Amino acid sequence: MNGVLHELSVHPLKTLLEVLREDLRLTGTKESCGLGNCGACTVLVDGKPILSCLTLMAEVQDRDILTVEGLVQGDKLHPIQEAFVEHGAIQCGFCTAGFIMAGKALLDKNPNPSEDEVRKAIDGHMCRCTGYGKIVEAILAVPSKR
Amino acid sequence: MLRLPKVEYLVPKSVEEACSLSDVHKEKAKVIAGGTDLLVMMKRRLMEPPQYLIGLKNIPELSDIRYDEKEGLKIGALVTLSSLCESSIIGEKYPVLGEAASYFGAVEVRNMGTVGGNLCSAAPSADTAPPLLALGAKVKLAGASGVRTVPLEEFFTGPFENVLRVGEIMTEIQVPVQRPHTAGAFVKVTRTGMGLAVVNVAVVLTLEERTCKEIKIALGACAPTPWRAKKAEEIIRGKKISDRLIEQASLAASEASRPRSVPAYKKELVGVLSKRAIREAISRAEAV
Repeated sequence: MNGVLHELSVHPLKTLLEVLREDLRLTGTKESCGLGNCGACTVLVDGKPILSCLTLMAEVQDRDILTVEGLVQGDKLHPIQEAFVEHGAIQCGFCTAGFIMAGKALLDKNPNPSEDEVRKAIDGHMCRCTGYGKIVEAILAVPSKR
Repeated sequence: MLRLPKVEYLVPKSVEEACSLSDVHKEKAKVIAGGTDLLVMMKRRLMEPPQYLIGLKNIPELSDIRYDEKEGLKIGALVTLSSLCESSIIGEKYPVLGEAASYFGAVEVRNMGTVGGNLCSAAPSADTAPPLLALGAKVKLAGASGVRTVPLEEFFTGPFENVLRVGEIMTEIQVPVQRPHTAGAFVKVTRTGMGLAVVNVAVVLTLEERTCKEIKIALGACAPTPWRAKKAEEIIRGKKISDRLIEQASLAASEASRPRSVPAYKKELVGVLSKRAIREAISRAEAV
């Protein structure tokens, strides 16, 4: 979990989301719909974005998990987090962690994506506040920040 | 926090073990692949929770994609939609399949959902069904009493119903080698990016000198199961391609469709999307 090995004894049918928030107290990842429709619970498992609300603990044994808390380096924000702040891509912030993890997964695979590629990568994420425009801008701004 | 009922989770390490567990527990157990369908139903309490979940993720051979020039393509039932999109052999030999997989849900769902899970859900709108039907796929079903191979056309028996017997699991999807000058196209209309298809169509055809040697037209979300528009296929098969023929075939597909909801709209859409998919498949076959 974010580079640290954890040994936990939990029911295999606990979801990764439950364990992140309740057992590990990593509350950056949110539950919004709980049913795989909104993307707010997205984290990276072995570098791939997945929905933690539909991921069983049984499925993530010995896997590498990255949550939004894992992006910060000391007190320095990750470039994608900075971009979200600079571009006004955060209003209530509830969807933000999910979008950021999806954005990071995209940029790790495709460091200079087109707008279409960004929109496709965030297709599974819902934002009630921003209208998505500034989120897309923020992700597109990351390559020039590095 | 929306939680799952805490049922017992079994972890077989081989297909034989999985089949034997399924056979022992019968209706008290449910097999789980990606979980994007089953876990949602369990969370929403839309079903009596099973007493056991049989997880298939620890059986490595179920996630293989293999191809050889005689036997064709063999896709393990646990291959994820993402793996279908990213497979270079599928991109090279069966691009319509990778194309259909890329329209599925969103990247997160594609990383979790599996082709076997999509087919076994037997949703009329399942996005992997039309391309696999149009490619002439068969599915391998394993049970405690043995293995059988069923043409995909015979696998679906009704909305969310398939021929799997108690104790049987799908292990593999087999797609035959395609003839030269064959190409396919997949078209889907959906309300939102993550959405279920309103109508989806896949066409695979073989073209030689503007004559269509073979064609399969498969559709979803417009009948009780994914289906092939065989009357439409007959109109084009063996003939020289013309706009009139494409019109006639699209009309035949529309007339044969049996949508349950908004029938007038869906039937119209079937005609439009069939025409689009046939035209696209033709232009790709000409380029091949």
